[in-house]
Amino acid sequence: MEKLTEKLFTVKYKEDTGRPHIEITDQAVCANDCKGKYCTHFCPAGVYEWNEEQKKTLVSSGNCIECGACSIGCPFDNIACHSPRGGFGAQYKFG
Amino acid sequence: MADDERFDAIVVGAGPAGTAAAYTMAKAGLQVALLERGPQPGSKNVMGGILYNHYLEEIVGDAWKEAPLERPIIEERRWMMTPKAYIGFDYKNLRNREHPHSFSVLRARFDPWFAEQAEKAGAMVVPETVVERLIVRNGRVVGVGTGRGDDLHAEVVIVSEGIGLGAGLLEKTLINGKPLRRKLRRNEVAMAVKEIMQLDSGLIEERFNCESGEGCTIECFGDSTMGMSGFMFIYTNKDTLSVGGGALLSEFNATLRSPNDLMEHFKNHPSVKPLLRGAETVEYLAHLIPEGGYRGIPKVYGPGYLVCGDAAMLSNPVHREGSNLAMVSGKLAGETVIHAKETEDFSESRLREYKGKLDSSWIMADMKKYDKAVPLLEHNPQMLAKYPQILDGALDEFFRVDGTSKWEKQSKIFKMIRKEGGLKMAWDTVKAAWAMK
Repeated sequence: MEKLTEKLFTVKYKEDTGRPHIEITDQAVCANDCKGKYCTHFCPAGVYEWNEEQKKTLVSSGNCIECGACSIGCPFDNIACHSPRGGFGAQYKFG
Repeated sequence: MADDERFDAIVVGAGPAGTAAAYTMAKAGLQVALLERGPQPGSKNVMGGILYNHYLEEIVGDAWKEAPLERPIIEERRWMMTPKAYIGFDYKNLRNREHPHSFSVLRARFDPWFAEQAEKAGAMVVPETVVERLIVRNGRVVGVGTGRGDDLHAEVVIVSEGIGLGAGLLEKTLINGKPLRRKLRRNEVAMAVKEIMQLDSGLIEERFNCESGEGCTIECFGDSTMGMSGFMFIYTNKDTLSVGGGALLSEFNATLRSPNDLMEHFKNHPSVKPLLRGAETVEYLAHLIPEGGYRGIPKVYGPGYLVCGDAAMLSNPVHREGSNLAMVSGKLAGETVIHAKETEDFSESRLREYKGKLDSSWIMADMKKYDKAVPLLEHNPQMLAKYPQILDGALDEFFRVDGTSKWEKQSKIFKMIRKEGGLKMAWDTVKAAWAMK
């Protein structure tokens, strides 16, 4: 198994529909200030994707495996992430 | 839970630190709530992972033998990698059969067992409960606000929520206008990824040269992390392998590499690939690891609260230790609260006893000793990229039988090392040895 998308399928995930636990604070910062689009690289679960046409960072919270990197990794402090509600989110079988 | 119920202690997070704290306090008869955000303890928790039974035994006694551990580690291998080779150091110690000191472990199996011990000792384990805030009244932490909408109160709150997801409780909580912990820096945390790869237990034993039920670790430096400061590993479990590793988050940003690329790079190294052949990935995991050293430790006590484990940045990445620092810090915090309860004094100056216990323990001795190890590698990337290649080149020359006389070969090796800056390499090696010794 090489592809991240396939690997993410191995993680049991209970989605809290309509309550994303990650938000980009200010899309203008992504569009104007961030050259590296760092989150699209450092996130181990491919949660972040830069959309050139819409000039915004798209967020797939349902991919998130709750590693904690995003709010520290973003050099602009532009990602607001918190824990999914109790019982929701990633649930490891092996750990 | 009634609104007016008041605990002696509320513990936030049922990992090794929180569970050890809850177990220790409950055993002494204190009223303890152990709150966990996952559907059960362990379902959010990740480590490499090697667990050291000495500390587990210190906490739960003989019951540690019943813990769901994977394989006792009999052999330790360390590989310095270049793209086409590795230079290895293997240590197989048969004394580990009689007296094992470390085991491979899967946290989603171990943590529920550990929490069950705390529950048996009398702690109230409450899963599916996110602690959203610490309640501060008159400059003192007096309880927690949960995602269930209710507030719980206690004499002491033990914060053992791990490294946190987003702004942790300590960053969010202000006392006298100041947060209880500053935001972590990118060079104080490692981004680590792991795959659990299923493989027949017999095949594991053949490939890793293990007797039935016994285990082996391989930790790989240099090209394994594409020269970033960190390491990759393979740990043998019963019928799976834990394959993973990581590097400083700052270095992912500097190189724009992704953790999955790092993972695939390692899995495809010519000396790793055959070990993993036919193994199927059954889980993909990622987590941050605290690597801030002694300097990165926040204030571990305050009015109404104590901080343990990863939340206190207690980890020793040079020796891949973390869960043991977590467990022992949890135990020391628990003992502090027991003492406070006995004297009916939960003041900040009484809770400072925890800091004293930590300072005089092996934990802080180790934290100080390895304080500079991670920055050394961070500021000298040649140690993990260029130097292994020089050594690899020298060994290639040394071992290759190709019609050149040995005198000529030695002279070639000497010239090569000098050309590549051998003196600096020797000096850097001494520095590294000093920092890692």
